[in-house]
Amino acid sequence: MKTLVRTGRYLALLVLVCFFLMPVYALLITALKDPASVSVVRMWELPQSFSMENFRIVWPDLREGFVNSALLAVPASLVSAMLGAANGFVLSKWRFPGADFVFPLILFGMFIPYQAILIPMYRTMQSANLVGGLDGLIIVHIIYGLPITTLIFRSYFAGLSDEVIEAAKVDGAGMLRTFFHVALPIAPPAFAVALIWQFTSAWNDFLFGVLLTSREFWPITVALNNIAGGQTVPFNQAMASALLASVPTLLVYVLLGRFFMRGLMAGALKG
Amino acid sequence: MAVRDVDLTVEPGEFMVLVGPSGCGKSTLLRMIAGLEEVTEGRVFIGDKDVTEELPQQRDVAMVFQSYALYPRMTVRRNMAFGLRMRRTPRADRERRVHEVAGVLGLDHLLDRRPGALSGGQRQRVAMGRAIVREPQAFLMDEPLSNLDAKLRVSMRSQLSLLHQRLGTTTVYVTHDQVEAMTLGKRVAVLRDGVLQQCDTPQTLFHKPVNLFVAAFIGSPSMNFVRAAVEGGEVRFGEARIPIKRDLGERPVILGVRPTGLALANGNGWPTVEVRPAIVEDLGDERFVIFDLDAPRVDTEATRAAVDAETADDALLLPEDRARFTVRLSADQPVSVGEPLTLAINPERLYFFDPDSGAAL
Repeated sequence: MKTLVRTGRYLALLVLVCFFLMPVYALLITALKDPASVSVVRMWELPQSFSMENFRIVWPDLREGFVNSALLAVPASLVSAMLGAANGFVLSKWRFPGADFVFPLILFGMFIPYQAILIPMYRTMQSANLVGGLDGLIIVHIIYGLPITTLIFRSYFAGLSDEVIEAAKVDGAGMLRTFFHVALPIAPPAFAVALIWQFTSAWNDFLFGVLLTSREFWPITVALNNIAGGQTVPFNQAMASALLASVPTLLVYVLLGRFFMRGLMAGALKG
Repeated sequence: MAVRDVDLTVEPGEFMVLVGPSGCGKSTLLRMIAGLEEVTEGRVFIGDKDVTEELPQQRDVAMVFQSYALYPRMTVRRNMAFGLRMRRTPRADRERRVHEVAGVLGLDHLLDRRPGALSGGQRQRVAMGRAIVREPQAFLMDEPLSNLDAKLRVSMRSQLSLLHQRLGTTTVYVTHDQVEAMTLGKRVAVLRDGVLQQCDTPQTLFHKPVNLFVAAFIGSPSMNFVRAAVEGGEVRFGEARIPIKRDLGERPVILGVRPTGLALANGNGWPTVEVRPAIVEDLGDERFVIFDLDAPRVDTEATRAAVDAETADDALLLPEDRARFTVRLSADQPVSVGEPLTLAINPERLYFFDPDSGAAL
């Protein structure tokens, strides 16, 4: 009976796994097919021969966007995470009068949809002379990322013992030195979460990118859109482009994911 | 408000213990000295300097926390040197002091470990070392031993005494454990509900408590209380009549007797009471004998607060309304549960309290 229940449970999970992996499967095999064997009717069939040809064809069109996106997502996520860490620390461990009012205010930014602020943001950036290049786009992503990174770090630091902070105070450390010497060293797990999140959202953003940058600074999402949105759509090339475009976010997840481990606070307290 | 009325002067080099049941404000008071808690009224002085408005980092005190509060990502060496680093002590000086203190505390071989790789006792010593290295004007210790197991706690307690003798640094030590308070403190300040009750040497606290609360809090087992009346030169409760020398007039009182204030009757002329032991606790060389008296129990806020609800549930098996006494007898004296026992009360060691105010008479 017990084994039956377990088997049933695994079976159900297996079905769900297949369901969720369907698009990934379609993406992968289509990207590896040669143009002749691509058709909607046989889209689920495995290719006759695996070919990397598609990647070689699309890469020249993607390279520029790829570089732009990297130049955009790396600083946007690093700076946003760092500022979020500072915010989170002050809002949870070095509280000031009104902190309980300021935090929801920052958080509120998370619930504003992109589309709602598109026009005022564009006008603001325009009058600040920040439209066209990557710098403006980076600033927008940093600011737009602050609510979520602040939330991540605030929750994380809230779990840090108050006594450790107080020990640093009594030992003579002010706010900045407590932040840098005591809080930051235990924050890698929060940085992993914040960086993965920020990198992914900056890398995947299309709307801000297409709006704020001129042609030579288009991020990869815009380039991808141009390939996929061409007159005749070579499925295999579109899929290969999509696959290439998603490699960095996957990589970031794999590299940072191992910092998700717990136990960085081990030994600070009695337990 | 956690601390309401405290006027306390700690002498230079003194070991002062703040003690009281949980919620009495002792930790808050300590944190006020450290600058971690805001002072709404009154002043705090360290030395001759008014530090009330100063930040913790500006006060030259070191603190040992109950949870130890070590910096998790720093080695023991860096944990201990952190305070010196923050105060910009030259590197060579830092190293020398860390090594010195590590030597005293037996931490030499642990200097490159992180707190996570240490045992509870070792972490406790690192926390202590971090404070000592600083050579501050005062140590503030917030229940530093309460997370150690019983045996280690006792040995650390004597280590602390030794350490204080050697360093002579002014120390303010918070604990809820009156045994720790009595054994460590040169003077002990007893707090209740944020009000200082009495601050004196352990001997004076034990023998001359100013009120019912201090009397009930200090001493283990606790002092026994019974509602009694002073009439015609004797104090009366139940069948007992004890002549007293002091003139207290004619009035109801709360009578206090230490567990050592009673003994087996041996014909030395002390007044006696007949009792029937309900519980006998054998501790090897001595016994605690618990019985109830045919007299009303004392159940005031002060006595309840003093026992911290730990023993407040002892009414479960014994009658609720009768006074309950614990007496400490040597183990070679024959006592058994239910067998009648004649006890003599030492008339020199009686404590009298006003039933309304709880003040000692």
